[in-house]
Amino acid sequence: MQTSAAIQARDLTKTYPKDVRALDGLGFAVEAGTVFGLLGPNGAGKSTTVKILTTLSRPDGGQASVAGIDVLAQPERVRRVIGLVAQRSGVDLEATGRENLTLQGQVYGLRGAELRRRVGELLERFGLAEAADRVTRGYSGGMQRRLDIAMGLIHRPRVLFLDEPTTGLDPEVRADMWAEIAHLSGTEGLTILLTTHYLEEADRLAGRLAIVDRGRVVAEGSPDELKGELRGDAIQVELGDPQADGRAAGALDRVPGVWEVTVEGRSLRARTDDGSAAVPAVLQALEAGGVRVASVTIARPSLDDVYLRHTGRSFTRAEERIEEKV
Amino acid sequence: MSTTLTHSWFMTVRHLRNLARQPWWIAITLVQPVIWLLLFGAVFKATADIPGFAADSYVDYLTPGIVVMTAAFAGGWAGMGVIEDLNRGVIDRFLVSPVRRQALISGRLVQLAIVSLIQSLIVIVLGLAVGARFPGGVAGLAVLVACSALLGASLGALSNGMALLARKEETVIAASNFVLLPLTFLSSAFMQRDLMPGWIQTVARYNPVEWTIQAGREALTASPDWTLVLTRTGLLAALCLTCTWLATRAFRTYQRSI
Repeated sequence: MQTSAAIQARDLTKTYPKDVRALDGLGFAVEAGTVFGLLGPNGAGKSTTVKILTTLSRPDGGQASVAGIDVLAQPERVRRVIGLVAQRSGVDLEATGRENLTLQGQVYGLRGAELRRRVGELLERFGLAEAADRVTRGYSGGMQRRLDIAMGLIHRPRVLFLDEPTTGLDPEVRADMWAEIAHLSGTEGLTILLTTHYLEEADRLAGRLAIVDRGRVVAEGSPDELKGELRGDAIQVELGDPQADGRAAGALDRVPGVWEVTVEGRSLRARTDDGSAAVPAVLQALEAGGVRVASVTIARPSLDDVYLRHTGRSFTRAEERIEEKV
Repeated sequence: MSTTLTHSWFMTVRHLRNLARQPWWIAITLVQPVIWLLLFGAVFKATADIPGFAADSYVDYLTPGIVVMTAAFAGGWAGMGVIEDLNRGVIDRFLVSPVRRQALISGRLVQLAIVSLIQSLIVIVLGLAVGARFPGGVAGLAVLVACSALLGASLGALSNGMALLARKEETVIAASNFVLLPLTFLSSAFMQRDLMPGWIQTVARYNPVEWTIQAGREALTASPDWTLVLTRTGLLAALCLTCTWLATRAFRTYQRSI
């Protein structure tokens, strides 16, 4: 499959044992030199997609190419042009930062003075020069993550995969990592595929993104385009009574100018042209229906609303379900 | 081919360096065979008095047995290192790089062989110190050490392959425990073959631990039967290649399962 796109995936399917369907016809294309986000809750199929595109795993069906090279037919060639920062750090904790980077460089064919120069350059750039000759077991989570990225870049890849790069990091460290990734996206010709289950992260870093749910892409576009598709404001009502599902939704059916009403537990969401004008009518209808209200908020559409619109459940809720299953 | 060798060497260096950073591991690795030699030597001392037992003193007989047993155990437990690398994502990182799959296995096996060489030398020196005599001299000892390294590498490859398939520490521990002691005792490591029950003699014929011991002991006699030594060494070399091939194949199965 020859194409000009930096990454192309088409109709990817993969089923794990016990009929766990990880990918169900997933497909997307990434233009060279851009940052593309795969956004979805845990278990949506993001990591499986990255494993397939980086030649670690194979799909049951479908096609994929990276940098114009067929991933299934020529995995060895793909490996030379990609870098991967996996969800789980791949740092060898028994080795120093410099040893980790040196071995990684050797594997890609760098030798001698060139290798030493490149290793030194990356240690400097990722703020690890001082800790370079310490065993990485003593590194902080943020330092190990930066070393992961440095290792992913040592051979100057054309496509860099960042699989959940900030999961498990402290908020402060996460902010640093965002700055680092934003900086990387300026690297000439580098294409970045970023997976995340943080809405804010996708919103900030990705030029375009695909929302993934249950192994499929349910929406694709720039964050602004996706949010722009949603007309009007979002109203979110916290209900006082968790058993009010049916009654609450029924009550709002009769309110004009309010649509897409969904109730999950205590949280009721709806869309409307003008949030502040609709609030009194919504409250009145709920009160008339005998539903107690704890609080009301109005917001501009967020990626969470986009997710809700396309999957029928809110993002936070989808995450919780996954955690319950695990 | 040369890329595979270079990559194997890079991986060997990594494993040796990581070992060198664990002083406790080194201490245990070096002391354990010494304890085995002294302990088994004391417990089974009277064996040499059994009518029909050929060796003059039990320690003459036991020393090669302990060398082989040490190599077998080191190999059997080698899969634990793979589990650790799997858990830390190091294996996945290498699998998406151009590194040769064979090198990921053979780098570990070369490290294992080097450690096993050092252990063997320690056991041999200690054996000599407590009175063991080897008429076969340096050539005989070289055969013993080389065959032990081949055995260790074979079992090490199997252990690595199993770690890749099972991906669980518990499984590797259980399998190693299950296999290693019977392999050792179903051989002439501690007892002369013709003094053991007939069925054990039969089973031992197919036991690679026994091949190693036969080759080593024969080479250490005053006038070795070199045909026996060479056939056993050949069997071990073939086993080592087969096991390495199987372990390398295990990456494919692993990648299909993730």
